[in-house]
Formats: sequence, structure tokens, C-alpha cells
Amino acid sequence: MSPTMITLFGGVAALLLVASAIGFVLSRTVASEAGRATVDNLNARIKAWWMMIAIFAVAFAFGKIVTIVLFALVSFYCLREFLSITPTRAEDHRAIAAAFYLFIPLQYWLIAAEWQTLFTILIPVWAFLLLPVLIVLKGETSDFLQRSARIQWALMLTVFCISHAPALLILDIPGFDQNFLLLFFLITVVQLSDVLQYVFGKLFGKRKVAPRVSPAKTWEGLIGGGLTASAIGAGLWWITPFTPVQAAGMALAIVTAGFVGGLVLSAVKRSLGAKDWGTMIEGHGGAMDRMDSVSFAAPVFFHLINYFFGA
Amino acid sequence: MIADAVAGLVRELIFALTRFLVGGHARWRGCGPEPVQRIYFANHASHLDTIILCAALPVTLRRTTHPVAAADYWGRNALSRFIALKVLRAVLVERGGSRDPLAPLRDVLESGESLIIFPEGTRRNEALPAPFKSGLHHLARDFPAVQLVPVYLANLARAYPKGATLPAPISCVANFGTPITLAEGEDKQAFLARAHDAVCVMAEGAASTGVPA
Repeated sequence: MSPTMITLFGGVAALLLVASAIGFVLSRTVASEAGRATVDNLNARIKAWWMMIAIFAVAFAFGKIVTIVLFALVSFYCLREFLSITPTRAEDHRAIAAAFYLFIPLQYWLIAAEWQTLFTILIPVWAFLLLPVLIVLKGETSDFLQRSARIQWALMLTVFCISHAPALLILDIPGFDQNFLLLFFLITVVQLSDVLQYVFGKLFGKRKVAPRVSPAKTWEGLIGGGLTASAIGAGLWWITPFTPVQAAGMALAIVTAGFVGGLVLSAVKRSLGAKDWGTMIEGHGGAMDRMDSVSFAAPVFFHLINYFFGA
Repeated sequence: MIADAVAGLVRELIFALTRFLVGGHARWRGCGPEPVQRIYFANHASHLDTIILCAALPVTLRRTTHPVAAADYWGRNALSRFIALKVLRAVLVERGGSRDPLAPLRDVLESGESLIIFPEGTRRNEALPAPFKSGLHHLARDFPAVQLVPVYLANLARAYPKGATLPAPISCVANFGTPITLAEGEDKQAFLARAHDAVCVMAEGAASTGVPA
């Protein structure tokens, strides 16, 4: 791990330490029933954050391959959560098996092998065409379009989109080779934006953005949290190939994509009749509840860098 | 000794792999994991059902709970026999033999231990089970003190349907319902229908982990 990266993780740990201290004080002072539930959930979230940060720090320290494997596992768990609450049929089994056993390993292998052209089209072209073929061979036509589309959506969001985060490591940027810092930038801005929107929403939230889709999202949270996260992103310009203004723009793009991603996935989740994607991460819900904004922000960030800064 | 150690290791491996792929968490909805003598009866959709149900029980209960498995399938070679008898501690029954097929089950119940049975008798690629066969009724009649616990295994027909080579990683849940008993003078068909319903009522929302808002 580079000295810069150690400093950055040190900063994150300091931030979490402050959060843990606040959580501890709140757990001693808040007395009301509803307040207690919020504080308990807050503390569960902070505890899970320590765990997640530790996992990322270890992966980053081991380098590219371990980080790619980590994201492959994240995709695996997200796809599992997605398909577990999606009504598929026994006839879809081959397509689902192909999604897990063929396309997850292949997509992440292409990143490890730095085969960027095929990485970009594997799922939108090859999987898109193959999955309905595997389903149609079973001869069941009822809900055919819905069944195919559900699996295609699941694979696009949980594998294709999320894989753009570790794919930042293979981007060729003239005059810049610290690609891990770009991945750090992306994850930090997305997650800080989520956390700050939650905090601003809890403190000042009044007007709901989309009450039916995601009742916890408020304009006050979005604007306060989003702008603060963008400002912090701008403040991190020195770890990127961007100028401070460019860094602010990139952070704003990440925040915006992350927000709409959270909104879209919330609607998907609700259309499937669930409140959380799973129970894997205490306080947060499932892995997909943490990765929803990343799934939209990662491809946007990847392609903006590739277009404006790539070789 | 060594066989037991190997069986223990294989058990942990199989359970760990099953958890990684299909989860298989327990949801105790109508009763708790109490150490009382029970017959767990469940819908049957895949070869993973037995493993999921065993893995869902706490270790202490697992030791005294025996899944019932078909001898023609699980006894077909030394390896599957080893897995059935030593790893899963199963009781093998002959299907369509001249001997009373329930005899090995009665032996287990007489010794005070518990059973896991799949009263449909065969696997089925549907969310809801086929009608139950009469074995459950005979055991309920002859062992009135044993608790009958309905279990609904959610998602297994999707995760590992009949004819598939590999299980797909879809999270499965073992739902444990409220125990039922054979009523005084209740006839066989009525009891079996009621037992069937006790499993089916858990199908609604059985796979979800969150509460719909």
C-alpha cells in the first residue's frame, strides 16, 4: 500500500472513530423508544462500516487481483440477493446458472486480463443474447419476456455495472498510474454521499423526494448530503488526475448517479415486494442495499474518466 | 472413530458449501428450536432439501434428528451410503418392498429421537407440495406424544430443480410452523389435508427476508 493510501485509510478510520464516539454518546443519552431504535440501527451501521472498511483495506493492500476477486464476490452476493427475491421459474434455471457460473467469472477474468474491449460488451451483447436462448430451449412461453428481462437486469446491475468499479484499475491514463486512488475516490464519494444524505435527512429532512419509492429520501438530505460529499470529493483532487474544479464535477456526477441509482433500485426492490435486499450486513440490509448507488455511479465515473482523461 | 471424524469433517464442508450457495437460514415462525421429540415434515423440491433442513437445526438438535431417505437412491453406492448414514445420520427406507416401510422410522421414534420426513414421497418442481402420502398419518396415530412440526422450504424448486446438474445460488429459507396434532377421531384424509395446509400457509412471503412496506 502506498503512503498516500495509508494516509487515506487513516483518515477514514479517524472519521469512523468520531462516528463511533457519537454513536456511543447517543446510546447513553437517547431515551425515547423511537430514538433508541434509530440509535441502535446507527450503531449497527457504524459497526458494519468498520468491517467493510477493514475488508477493503486488506484487499487494497494485497493489490489488483485480490481487489478484483473481492468485487467478484460482491457481485455474487448481490446477484444472489437480486434473484432470491425475483420470481423466477424452474425453467429459468439454466440461464441463472450461466449468469452465476459463466458470466461472473468471465467478466472479472476479463478485467484481470485487462481485455477492455470484450469486458465492455460481454454482458450487454453476449449474455443479453445467450440468456433468452437458454430459457427458450425449455419451451415455456408464459411470462417469457418478463422472465428473460429480470435475469438480464439482474446481471447488468449486479455484475456488469458493479464490475466497472474494479475496472478503474485497468484504465490507461497518461501521466497517472495510481489507479487504486480512483477506486478509493469513487467508493468514498458514493458512500459518503449515502451516509451524509442519511444524516442531513435525519437532522433537517422535511420534503420527501419520492415518498412512494423511497420514503427516507428528502430534498434536504439530498442537497445537504450531496453537496457536502461533492465538496469532500473536490478536496480529494490531489489524489486524482483532476484539477479541483474537475474533481468537484466528477464527485457531483458520482453523487447524482448514485442518488438516481438508489432511487431506481428502490423501485425495483419494491416492485418485488421487499423492503431490504437481504440481511447480510447488520443495520444496512443486504449487500445490494450498500451497492445500489455504486452500480449506477461506477459505470458513469469509469466512462467519464475514459472519455476525458483516457489514452 | 476415524470414520466419525471424517463424517464430521464432510458434514461441515457440505453445510458450509450449501450455506455459501443457497443460504438456508432457519425462520422459527410457529415454534422454537426446542429439544423435544418431533417429526419435522416438509415439502420436497430438491436433493438439497435434506441438507438444508439438517443445517437449519441447531447442532444439539441435529445429533438426535434423522432425515428419512430412500434406500434405492441413497444406498446405491458406498459413497452416497456413507453420506446418508454417517454424514446426515439418515434412516433409509425401502420404497415398494414387502416389509413395512415405516419399521425403521418407528424404531427411531421408539428410541426417543426425532425424524425429518418428506410426506410427498418424491421431489416436485413447484412452489407448493403434492398431496401427502399416508405415512405421516400412521406415525401420528401410533406416536401421539411426538410433536408434528410443518416445515416449508422456500425457493428450493428454483435453486435446484429436478434434472438440474448444479444448484443455482438462490437463497433458500427453512420456515418452521406451528406444531399440529392428530385430532380425536379425525380421519386420515382430513388429517393429511390439514398437514398439507400447515405447510402451504407458510409459502406466502416465505422466501422474503424483509417486510414489504
